[in-house]
Amino acid sequence: MTDAPDLDALQAAVCPLPTAAEGERVSLAHGAGLGASARLFEELVLPALGNPALEARHDGAVLPLPAGAGRIAFTTDTFVVSPLEFPGGDIGVLAVHGTLNDLAMCGARPLALSCGLVLEEGLPLERLRGLVGSMGRAARAAGVPIVTGDTKVVEHGKGDGAFVNTAGFGLVPEGRDLRPARVRGGDVVLVSGPIGQHGAAVLSVREGIELESEIQSDTAALPELVETLLTVAPGTTCLRDPTRGGLGASLCEVASAASLEVELFEQEVPVDAQVRAVCELLGLDPLFLACEGRLVAFVPPSEADAALAALRTDPLGAGAARVGRVCDGPGRVVVETRIGGRRLLPLPAGDPLPRIC
Amino acid sequence: MRYVDEYRDPVAVQRLAEAIRARATRRYTLMEVCGGQTHAILASGLDALVADRVELLHGPGCPVCVTPLETLDRARLLAERPDVVLCSFGDMLRVPGSRGDLLAARTHGADVRVVYSPLDAARLAERLPDRQVVFLAVGFETTAPAVAGAGRWALERGLTNFRLLVSHVRVPPALEAICGAPDSRVEGFLAAGHVCTVMGTEEYEPIVRRHRVPIVATGFEPVDILHGVLMAVEQLERDEPKVEIQYTRAVRRGGNPAAQALVDDVFEVADRAWRGIGVLPGGGLRLRARYAGLDAEALLEGRAVEAPEPAACRAGDVLRGRLRPPDCPEFGRTCSPEHPLGAPMVSSEGACAAYFAYRTDRDGPKEDAA
Repeated sequence: MTDAPDLDALQAAVCPLPTAAEGERVSLAHGAGLGASARLFEELVLPALGNPALEARHDGAVLPLPAGAGRIAFTTDTFVVSPLEFPGGDIGVLAVHGTLNDLAMCGARPLALSCGLVLEEGLPLERLRGLVGSMGRAARAAGVPIVTGDTKVVEHGKGDGAFVNTAGFGLVPEGRDLRPARVRGGDVVLVSGPIGQHGAAVLSVREGIELESEIQSDTAALPELVETLLTVAPGTTCLRDPTRGGLGASLCEVASAASLEVELFEQEVPVDAQVRAVCELLGLDPLFLACEGRLVAFVPPSEADAALAALRTDPLGAGAARVGRVCDGPGRVVVETRIGGRRLLPLPAGDPLPRIC
Repeated sequence: MRYVDEYRDPVAVQRLAEAIRARATRRYTLMEVCGGQTHAILASGLDALVADRVELLHGPGCPVCVTPLETLDRARLLAERPDVVLCSFGDMLRVPGSRGDLLAARTHGADVRVVYSPLDAARLAERLPDRQVVFLAVGFETTAPAVAGAGRWALERGLTNFRLLVSHVRVPPALEAICGAPDSRVEGFLAAGHVCTVMGTEEYEPIVRRHRVPIVATGFEPVDILHGVLMAVEQLERDEPKVEIQYTRAVRRGGNPAAQALVDDVFEVADRAWRGIGVLPGGGLRLRARYAGLDAEALLEGRAVEAPEPAACRAGDVLRGRLRPPDCPEFGRTCSPEHPLGAPMVSSEGACAAYFAYRTDRDGPKEDAA
């Protein structure tokens, strides 16, 4: 065997993997589990996501754990963003970053991801290739393989192009315990950069708002930034990635779960000028727009300066700021306004909707 | 951001507050007309800054709040027709009609969509020639020109499937009604800047003459609002009530003639019912007969809609400045943004929603449940 030429490699050298003919689209057969499904996996998914566990082509992935691995963090998230592609990313990259970040907020070092695709019949294979390619690049960049997955196809009209589910697990090192109940009065609230960019990027495409320069989604993988932060601020009590509902919802959730009052300094919250402009136009509050590459950290006051400095050494945390503090009081968020007043931060009842005038 | 930050400048706000306190020799009662102003006041805590010299009553200028229940029920009936796509501004979809809100109709299969502009609804009609696209046209004089423009745009393209369910209202008759009420405490108005951007300020002059109340066309940022208050206080101190413009960067005495001409071409002034207030003579706009082809009422085929108001909701008193939202017995108890009894608790411009959202001294829903 060892002397035999590696036929696959030879063929690959002269005859690259067949690409989908132009205009080819997802059909129900791609989800039927037969030949077309297998071809989709071999020709489109595996080249993008390939790794030893996935190449085993088994019903699931079997992975070894390092000795003394500690505790496992496990999470899942489903992505239904419309449009599928937006400035700064697409649903694929979002699905990888989203689950990596959820693990990172638990203090976990991510080990592996799964991917479930629900595709709508008629989706051009080129677009699917783009999305899966993004997933592969994002996973490789984070050093976390996508080790198992599944693809289903629904009839035309019964999906919105593609929905993506990812699940992931990671290991939480001994001694780490990040959750709202650990937040204490006096903790300083840090945010790792300007807020609302993902929400504004998607909204401005959806609403056809033309700006001088396009707003890019902030989608990014945060596990490394979390390690940087926790190295200098091991007393950090809680981390959140302010995705749906934005910084505002994250703070309200933590305040409520911890039964403590969070004071937010409106003036200190970093918001990019373009994002502010979109919010002014649409009558939205950037505090409630989604971020996909930011974190909120609750840090004891003694570690706050070091934490802020450490965040700022990383490009993903360059715009980090101290935006609030935790006080004893009812579980709510109180905003100190620009003009020095105090008001409650209300959690909107539903999705942000446009105002009338 | 230019044209925004300077109007939220904390130093300017404090200076204006001091000027108001220095000028006012007694406590005055002013009403800000527009719900957008109400929200700005409560979000920034402006009322507290001048509370010893000015009581701010919140006016009827929330278009969603004054849209009659009956109109909401009509919209829902239309939305339930399989051939209809019902479009409106976001807030409108969450206001409860007598059978739930329009978003609830959507979960039951109705095609209900949020648009940012009436023209988006007209464009939708062009794309969906087999459907009737109905735009629920609510709002004050501010939004009427865009609705009129969208209607003409559709007709110019020969579209026969774009319709308007019109519930437009006009500000001056409401101010007249508030001033004319025997128990009115209002000594001056901050008029809604954006309404005046379209209509100008001339139509307020007879109200000032009749009732001797200052009317100041005012903007929406903290500096604008306190500046408007200061101008009204100045007039009251000198006892020289007149129409003044604070919002000079947007408002001219004559308004926007092109927008007015568009409105006048498509609509005519008509009596209209305001939710919680009743029928106001000349209180709204309706389509002119020559634009009957745009009228969505035709799709209702004469089906009668009757809609009794929930008895517990005192929206009418809130809208006329007679009842502060937190003084309502239902506020924060049976009535909250998630379970509103009436429109002022729903809309982003509703006074009840503003108090519920921003006031740190209100009882939170948790304490209420206990």
